Amino acid sequence: MNWKRSAVGVGISVPILALLAFGMTKNPNVIPSPLPGRPAPEFALPVMDEPDTVRLADLRGNVVVLNFWASWCLECRHEHSDLSMAARLFEPQGVRFYGVLYNDTPTNGRTWIREMGGQYYPSLVDEGSRTAVSYGLYGVPETFIIDQNGTVVHKQIGPITLSRLSALIQPLLDEPPAPAVPVGGDEAAGTGVTDDAMEAVAGDAAEVTS
Amino acid sequence: MTGRMARVLAVIAAVLAPAFGPAAAHAEAGIQARGRVVEETLIDRQTREISSQLRCVVCQGLSLQDSPSQLAQEMRAIVREKLEEGMTPAEVKAYFLDRYGEWVLLAPEPKGFNLLVYVMPVLMLVGGAGFVFFKARSWTKPQDVPETADV
Repeated sequence: MNWKRSAVGVGISVPILALLAFGMTKNPNVIPSPLPGRPAPEFALPVMDEPDTVRLADLRGNVVVLNFWASWCLECRHEHSDLSMAARLFEPQGVRFYGVLYNDTPTNGRTWIREMGGQYYPSLVDEGSRTAVSYGLYGVPETFIIDQNGTVVHKQIGPITLSRLSALIQPLLDEPPAPAVPVGGDEAAGTGVTDDAMEAVAGDAAEVTS
Repeated sequence: MTGRMARVLAVIAAVLAPAFGPAAAHAEAGIQARGRVVEETLIDRQTREISSQLRCVVCQGLSLQDSPSQLAQEMRAIVREKLEEGMTPAEVKAYFLDRYGEWVLLAPEPKGFNLLVYVMPVLMLVGGAGFVFFKARSWTKPQDVPETADV
């Protein structure tokens, strides 16, 4: 009868070990974002040290690079020169770069930019972190690439390099996506709640988002 | 002996009462703050309940409600704003789920693959208890002692 006991033991332990082994293949620090592939949340943010306001809705037709940063963020220092270089490189082709100051004061931001030798693109002020939360921000730096239709193409958690930026932006310039047919307007695209999320909360859907 | 036990229980109750008293009052009628009872509005209660279910995204295992971080405070303010705008608690949760994914929920929704998290501990507990029960019974079962010849 020992073989029966062994079979039961194997039958119980193998699925558990397989589950644990599967868990070991995942990086617990990587948290998948539901945003890529979806319309970028709309925002209207004031430009630091300027009277202007930038609205994402006004930037349709341009590739937009949105970089969340802060003066207290060490890793932001590592990517700063690459972002400025990429902005210098791609701006003539219509790519719009914006920094978004996160959880910081404009005074600190201004000092930091001066210390870093300047910034080639404008920074926006996100008072109350409303835009950061609407973009599902975990921390800084995080960079979002938004295509000409206003769809989030990529979310970079951590510092981004010039080569990575080029690899993400150039294909969008070479082959722009077909213009999207607006459904439900900007409000529905950017600030509402998707049916998927509602279903997930209601307990009807099997998964949250793709 | 019974009287002594009652005294011990009374002392334990007296020691624990200050710890649990405010929590109970907080849940029941309102929030005890500096000697005054501040009535909790429906929006307050819903904000607290939703914030307790959402993860602080810059902390380790803390809810929005429990986290002192600035982002958590701002996210709590957003929860309140959405409720004041007329969103239902389910819609507010869906708003965060939409942006952060299911990770933002402190307890995963009990459906699909997530059910394992809820079912497995119960199964393991029942299985373990059954194993211990049958094993203990076999250990305590009187053994048939072979008769020995009288010397």
